[in-house]
Amino acid sequence: MIIADKKPIEEIIETIAPFEQILILGCNECVTVCEAGGKKEVEILASALRIYFLNQGREITIDEKTIERQCDHEYLEELRGRVDRYQAVVSLACGVGVQFMADKYKTLEVFPGVNTCFLGATETRGVWVELCQACGSCILAQTGGICPVTRCAKRVMNGPCGGSTKGKCEIDKEIDCAWQLILDRMKRLGRLDKYEAVAPIKDWSSDRAGGPRKIIREDVR
Amino acid sequence: MRLAYSPSIKIIPVPCTGKVDAIHMLRAFEKGADGVYALGCIEGECHYNHGNLRAKKRTEQVAALLDKVGIERDRVAMFNLSSSQAQRFVEIAEEMTARILDLGPNPIKTAKKKRVA
Repeated sequence: MIIADKKPIEEIIETIAPFEQILILGCNECVTVCEAGGKKEVEILASALRIYFLNQGREITIDEKTIERQCDHEYLEELRGRVDRYQAVVSLACGVGVQFMADKYKTLEVFPGVNTCFLGATETRGVWVELCQACGSCILAQTGGICPVTRCAKRVMNGPCGGSTKGKCEIDKEIDCAWQLILDRMKRLGRLDKYEAVAPIKDWSSDRAGGPRKIIREDVR
Repeated sequence: MRLAYSPSIKIIPVPCTGKVDAIHMLRAFEKGADGVYALGCIEGECHYNHGNLRAKKRTEQVAALLDKVGIERDRVAMFNLSSSQAQRFVEIAEEMTARILDLGPNPIKTAKKKRVA
């Protein structure tokens, strides 16, 4: 899922201060699971903002709404007819939702309420880890289901670099060396032959470096 | 024991403090409460294992948030006691009442009154 983190409330206050009618819009998907932008977070943020502006002696309308997904036209359509009464929307969805919202409602100010961070998973409650960089050309079949593109700081493709010490990465003693993890897993699987095979040069043309990417599937179009 | 405590305190019963969410406390402040405190079971003795520990974290979360929106963080607190500690219940009630009297009314309430006037 997409992992996001809450934006500091001071930053949100500064952004919305010039407006009088504001909608805080949550998303029921990834940002709900990572506790950054779901219904609960919408309620808490809206309440805190109302308290702040009341305390400042300002009468501002701050309403709340959480929709199923902000990255889908059909769910964003639910808001048509309602968003007209607001001057600005603070979207607690990931960057995709914010942009979708801004694109759909062209005369409405849309601001992000979270920082979208990475593709990852919940390690334990309150701890989220990055596991995929969406490089567009998955090599997990060759690396025992452990991604060196994401989990190796250097993105090396043929075993650990010289900075791997006792299974940890040189950039941080808390970070596992991805290639040590791959080696250990290959041993357990009895597939060291895969580990020893020299990986071909990775095709990076599908990675982000080529600009924004697009997938067109004629079979489902 | 029929011990007396401040009549300004309104008790909202919940099955466990784990049921108390940050938004419940924030809404109380929005509606003009001068202070909010959660009374949970003693740490390590929660019937639901972690309910009081969750409430403790949420209370800390609300305190930090109140601080950022200009409300004194001391207006929110959590205390732990067992159901048989009536004397402690009264002590906490008096401690919180004194703390809130010292802080004065919720500034939201004052701001709302000013606007009406």
